[in-house]
Parts: sequence; C-alpha cells; structure tokens
Amino acid sequence: MKLFLLGYSVASATIFFSIDQQKTLKQSIEDGKMIYTDFCLQCHLADGQGVEGVFPPLADADYLFEDINRSIAGIKYGMSGPITVNDVLYDGLMTNQGLEDQEVADVMNYILNSWGNSFDEIITSERVKSVESPND
Amino acid sequence: MNYILLSIFLLLSPCILIYCQDRPDNPPIIETPNEIDYLHEIVVDSLDIPWGMDFISENELLITEKKGELIYAVDGSKTQITNLPNVYVRGQGGLLDVALHPEYEVNNIIYLVASTNTEEDDKGGNTALYSAVLNLQDFQLDDLTLLYKATPNTNKGQHWGSRIVFDDQGYLYFAIGDRGQRDITPQDLSTDGGKIYRLNLDGTIPSDNPFVGEPGVKEAIFSYGHRNPQGMIFHPEKKQLWLNEHGPRGGDEINISLKGRNYGWPEITYGINYSGTIITNQTHKEGMEQPFYYWTPSIGPSGMAILTSDIYPQWKGNIFVGSLRFEYLERLVIEDDKVVKREKILDKIGRVRNVVEGPDGYLYVGVENLGIVRIIPKNETISLGL
Repeated sequence: MKLFLLGYSVASATIFFSIDQQKTLKQSIEDGKMIYTDFCLQCHLADGQGVEGVFPPLADADYLFEDINRSIAGIKYGMSGPITVNDVLYDGLMTNQGLEDQEVADVMNYILNSWGNSFDEIITSERVKSVESPND
Repeated sequence: MNYILLSIFLLLSPCILIYCQDRPDNPPIIETPNEIDYLHEIVVDSLDIPWGMDFISENELLITEKKGELIYAVDGSKTQITNLPNVYVRGQGGLLDVALHPEYEVNNIIYLVASTNTEEDDKGGNTALYSAVLNLQDFQLDDLTLLYKATPNTNKGQHWGSRIVFDDQGYLYFAIGDRGQRDITPQDLSTDGGKIYRLNLDGTIPSDNPFVGEPGVKEAIFSYGHRNPQGMIFHPEKKQLWLNEHGPRGGDEINISLKGRNYGWPEITYGINYSGTIITNQTHKEGMEQPFYYWTPSIGPSGMAILTSDIYPQWKGNIFVGSLRFEYLERLVIEDDKVVKREKILDKIGRVRNVVEGPDGYLYVGVENLGIVRIIPKNETISLGL
C-alpha cells in the first residue's frame, strides 16, 4: 500500500510537472514574443529573416541551433566578431540587452519555436543562469 | 449595379494597397558622389558604441560607451573615468550623451544623460540628466548631481533619447524619447517622455518655460509630441534648436524645436509600424508642426552637426547626420529652408552613431564597433604628404 501511494504520488507529480512545463513553454513563448518585439525585431525583423550580410537570420539558422548555449550566451552577454550563418558571413556587434535570465529564456523559446523553427526542449531560466560568458 | 460595385472597388483598391505599404522615397534621393574628395583616419580605436562625445581641447576627448563607460582619450590613448552614475543598461538604454558646461574651463563641470533607476524600485528605468565635476587628476567624477529624472520607470527597452545641447541664452536642452509608450507619453504634458526639455545650467526650471504654472504639467518641457530624438544641435546661424528623431518605419524626421510646440507623434506621422501595419493615415493636423524634412525610407538617424568651418570645400553650412541603418554619414544641403541634396559620406563604414565638429573645425564621427573617425579633405592630405 505504501509502495502504491509512493508510486501514485510520483506518477501524479510527473504528470503535473509535465503539464506545468507545457503550460510554461506556451507562456514562455508568449512572453518571449513581447521581448522579441521590444528588443530584437528592429534588426532581426518580424519574420526572423534579418538582413543578409548585416543582421543574421534567426529563422532556419544553422548557427542558432549548432550550439544552444552559445546562442544563449550571445543574448545574455552580447556578441561581436565574425560568424557564419547559413553560409553568409556576418561581422557585426550585438550588445548585451540587459535582459533578465527569465527574459532570455522566454525570447529563446520564442525564437526556437517561430517562423518554422522548432525545438524539443524548453529553455529555463536556470539553464540561462548557468551559461557563462565566452570571454571569461 | 455590379458595375457600380466594381468601380467602387477599383477606385478604392489602390488606396488600400498604398496605405499598407511604405510611402514612396521622399526626395531628394540620396546620392553617392562620383568622386570622393576626402579620406578618413581613426583617431580613437576599439570602441563598441561611442554614443556621445565632446572635446576638452583639440586633442582631448570625452567619449561615452553605451554599456556604461566614460572614456577620456588624449591623442588616441584611453583612460576610464570612475564614479559614474549607476547606469541601467537595457535595450537601447545605457550611458548616452556627454557635454561640457559652456564654461568648463572655469568650473570643470560636465553633463551626462543616462538610463537609470534612481528609485531602486525594480520597475525598470528612465532617462536622467546629471552634472558632475570632471577630476582629471584622479580620473573620476566629483559632486555627481542628479538634475532631472524622468518618471515613471518602465522595463521597456526603447526610446530613451537623448542629446545635450546649449543655446546662447544660458539654457540647456535635452531629449527623452517616448520610452516605447507612444499612446501614453508624447501627447501628455503631465508625464515624461516624447519631449524636449529646457533647464537652467544648474538644473532649475526657467521661469519662462512654456508650461510653467499650468497645473499638473512637467514644467521642464520645452516641446512635445516627439518619438525618439538622438541628434540635436543649436543652429549656429538660425539660433534655433534643430534635431533629428527616429520615426516609425519610413518616418524619421528633422524638426526645429520651438517653444511650446507639438510635433504630433503619434497622431501624425509619415511612417508606418515596423511590422507593416498602419499607425495613422494622417500626416497633418491643426496645432501640430510639420517636420523640416522626413526620411522615407528611414535611415536610423543619430547625431547631428552643422558645419561652421571652411576646411571642406563646399560643405560649410551643411547638415551632417549619422545613419545607423545604412551605415554612412549623410550630408544634407539646405537652400531656401529646404533640403535640396543628400549625399553619402563614409559609405559602408559601419553604424554611424554620432557626428560633431571639433574645435579644430574637422568632422569627427562616432562609428559603432570601430571608434572615432576624423574626415580629412583630400586637397589637404596632398599638401600634408599623407
């Protein structure tokens, strides 16, 4: 009986947790869209296409998915220097936007699940917190 | 009957199409000169976003980095100044403009505009104006004083302004953008944002400011209905405050800020939303000023200079404006109070954040991800043997 109760609570906790996570992803994407509109859209544009050679695309962008932590670090700390995205060279500067960890997570979830992009896990604020600056 | 409907549709359809698109390019169309009669040299290198600058002498510069650094540069070598205000770096916000007091040589006072949260209320930030004494013995600011702080705070990342400008009557002007709240701030005199402000040099409010004595207004306001001015200068001949401001898509403007006037944002504009949707179809309204010039397409204007020196053949009296978007410095020729010619200078140099005329009469240009660049006329470089 004890074993049953334990199993039951573990199972229900798992279900609740996953429902909670699903809700969180949906909410996170929604919140991320607002962050995107305020902080990212002016360069990367509403459709995530960017401007070839100047502002890299986010839609269907190989660089974005190659190393998710590197992309998180880019938003969290800013980035500069040459990068190649979908075979096009970019050598610009993206400054640190001053977003909080949860906001970085939200906008990552929005970007990773928009304009045909899809990603099978949710980016959490804990993960953002753990990403260190590539320059340190 | 069907013919009537069809003709109504045919009559209306071009309007529908026009209003969903950007306006046609506003003349004069930008030109690329056939022959380039200038060179440029980097005088201060390795800067990210050199937002503001002012000269202490011909070879000493104060430069702000948006990320929150104040740099003293002498002959190209840089030293950081400490004891800055606590800068709230978010979105387009950070440490913005710097300007020397008109009597800096006597009092060593400088002014700064920065995005700050002085209330420590975790509700975001807003634009603030500070004065301080620049102490170049210890490379620090002394007597840091908050002169104006816009309220309320918001965690929006957009439209903080700003430039600091002095006229010849002892007033200081600075700008605050609409803070990403166009339906709240620019037309409401009781709140900050979307305004040009005028103060005495000690930060007090001049008694002849246009809205002094009206109940509930921010009495520092000089003009309103602005979106996001990031270039401003006191016109040396016309003795007026000239500025450029970021509009929505296709609606950047040059305005002449006059006391108490309303510049119309967001009730009138030549632009549309960046998403392509309409803000308003109106470009004119009674009681609202028309821009001196508007840019369609938007160039992303930042910084403004009106050349007074004779160093560059044919450029005296021209307006210079940085283009963040197209990465050049724009030269605008004015005749009979109209823009008659626009030309690209330093084409493809990078995002041009700022331009000032130095005390030596040369144009100095702040370029993102590059540094401070000086423009040298070619005739001079030959005689100098460069």
